[in-house]
Amino acid sequence: MKELNSILLKLLELMPQPLAETLYMVTAATIFSVLLGTPLGIVTAISEEHHMWPHKNLNRVLNLLINITRSLPFIILMIAVFPLSKLLVGRRIGTTAAIVPLTIAAIPFVARLVENSVKELAWGIIEAALSMGANTRQIIFKVILPEALPSIVSGITMTIINLIGYSAMAGAIGGGGLGDLAIRFGYQGFQEDVLFGTVVVLLLIVQLVQYLGDKIYKRLIK
Amino acid sequence: MIEIRNLSKSFIDKNGRVDALKNINLQIEKGDIYGIIGLSGAGKSTLIRCINRLEEPSAGSVLIDDKDIMKLNNEEILKIRRRIGMIFQSFNLLSRRDCSQNVAFPLEVSNYSKEEIKARVNELLGLVGLEDKRHSYPSQLSGGQKQRVAIARALAAKSDILLCDEATSALDPSTTKSILALLKEINKVFGITIILITHQMEVIKEICNKVAVISEGEIVEQGTTFELFSKPSHAVTKRFLSDKSLEGTLSYTPQNSGAELYKLTFLEESAHKPVISQMVKRMDIEVNIIAGHLSSVQGKSYGNLVIEVSGESKIVAEALEYLRENKVFVEVLADYERVE
Repeated sequence: MKELNSILLKLLELMPQPLAETLYMVTAATIFSVLLGTPLGIVTAISEEHHMWPHKNLNRVLNLLINITRSLPFIILMIAVFPLSKLLVGRRIGTTAAIVPLTIAAIPFVARLVENSVKELAWGIIEAALSMGANTRQIIFKVILPEALPSIVSGITMTIINLIGYSAMAGAIGGGGLGDLAIRFGYQGFQEDVLFGTVVVLLLIVQLVQYLGDKIYKRLIK
Repeated sequence: MIEIRNLSKSFIDKNGRVDALKNINLQIEKGDIYGIIGLSGAGKSTLIRCINRLEEPSAGSVLIDDKDIMKLNNEEILKIRRRIGMIFQSFNLLSRRDCSQNVAFPLEVSNYSKEEIKARVNELLGLVGLEDKRHSYPSQLSGGQKQRVAIARALAAKSDILLCDEATSALDPSTTKSILALLKEINKVFGITIILITHQMEVIKEICNKVAVISEGEIVEQGTTFELFSKPSHAVTKRFLSDKSLEGTLSYTPQNSGAELYKLTFLEESAHKPVISQMVKRMDIEVNIIAGHLSSVQGKSYGNLVIEVSGESKIVAEALEYLRENKVFVEVLADYERVE
């Protein structure tokens, strides 16, 4: 009992800072990647040959871009974007700097999910909007986005969970976070109780995100 | 008035060139309920989509009130689409908007003011009898109710033409009837021109005043609905009608070798005269009645009779001529037309 207490005390002391760092990195990267990945996904979907805004070459370029970024291992991407991090946040390493590679890794992921959500919509509803004289902008904002929203929300839930996973690697470039805590104390410092505690906390966060995501999804579906 | 002139559409797919529409000519008057009937793959969906340019034809023109819509630029197409409503087999309502928001959609698109939208939505939901479903979502409605919302939506922006793409094909027979009655009422009260495509002859029979039969991208027959039902000329049309008057003709063996079967059609004016008995009285022939049926389309009656005529060939010819003089339509019944 006494031992358990001391473990909890230790975790309470060690945990807050890495937890805050993880939440900070994941939240920021989610916001930026959704803001940038959603338009990319929509344009990729509607620029396909038989969709409402066919632009073959643009579609090819976007697909290539998404595939290339998605095929890069995150640990390498993290180092490869150093110059960009320097340009955007003024630093190559650190928690804020880690948001740059996290965002870049998540953008194509979000784009693919959004693209699929859009392509899953029945063509009939888009055709009906076209028949009423709606223009491309009106169809995107009044038909595609609202109708695909529940499915996009599911995608964002997946993105957040993925980003929690990626953010564990941020420690490698001084980003801190729960992953860093687990590696430094648990793996390198042989403190298995810390390792275990971190795993439990990560598990709880993922469960909570999934639960909230499902809840919002259900509320959005009519 | 809508005039379709020499309209063709072809495209290339993996099996080569496909001619979806071949030199279509149609004239649809204001206030018509014009039916286009054909089997799936006949080209009817492509044809109806050329009228609001959801499909781009390869050649020909579509004139709406003498204005060729093939010559319109993108901006003008959006404008003309706003006066052409369209409804679909799968309703295509927006699932995350309730009924009133769905009906409001075309009004938002056409930049109506908030007050105008509200008034117009109420008016239209009233017209289709769904005032109490204003705040229901499509998933809470039956198929018939969904189609009613779709009709309200299609008419919201003051359309004067309504295109119906298999609008009743997903509905059960009694719902189909009620939707057709609604379309008929809209046509009558507001003078809206309706063009509908279907594969169901009952739909044509119920509401269309004119009809065209399309097969493999070509119009094979067109005319008033009564003409088409009473005197179908093309094999495809006959197949659609699955003529009841021909039942029993397949198993019939002629009483005299060489005797032919004739199909007689009596239209209104000849349907009430005792033409057959007078023919038999006047001429030395034997008449054997094999099958017959009396029908009516939109209040006009017509009858069909299948008879075997035997006698001297010269007299048989005279007899047939006598029938024709009395406005009975006579044709030799081909073997393929016979049914069980």
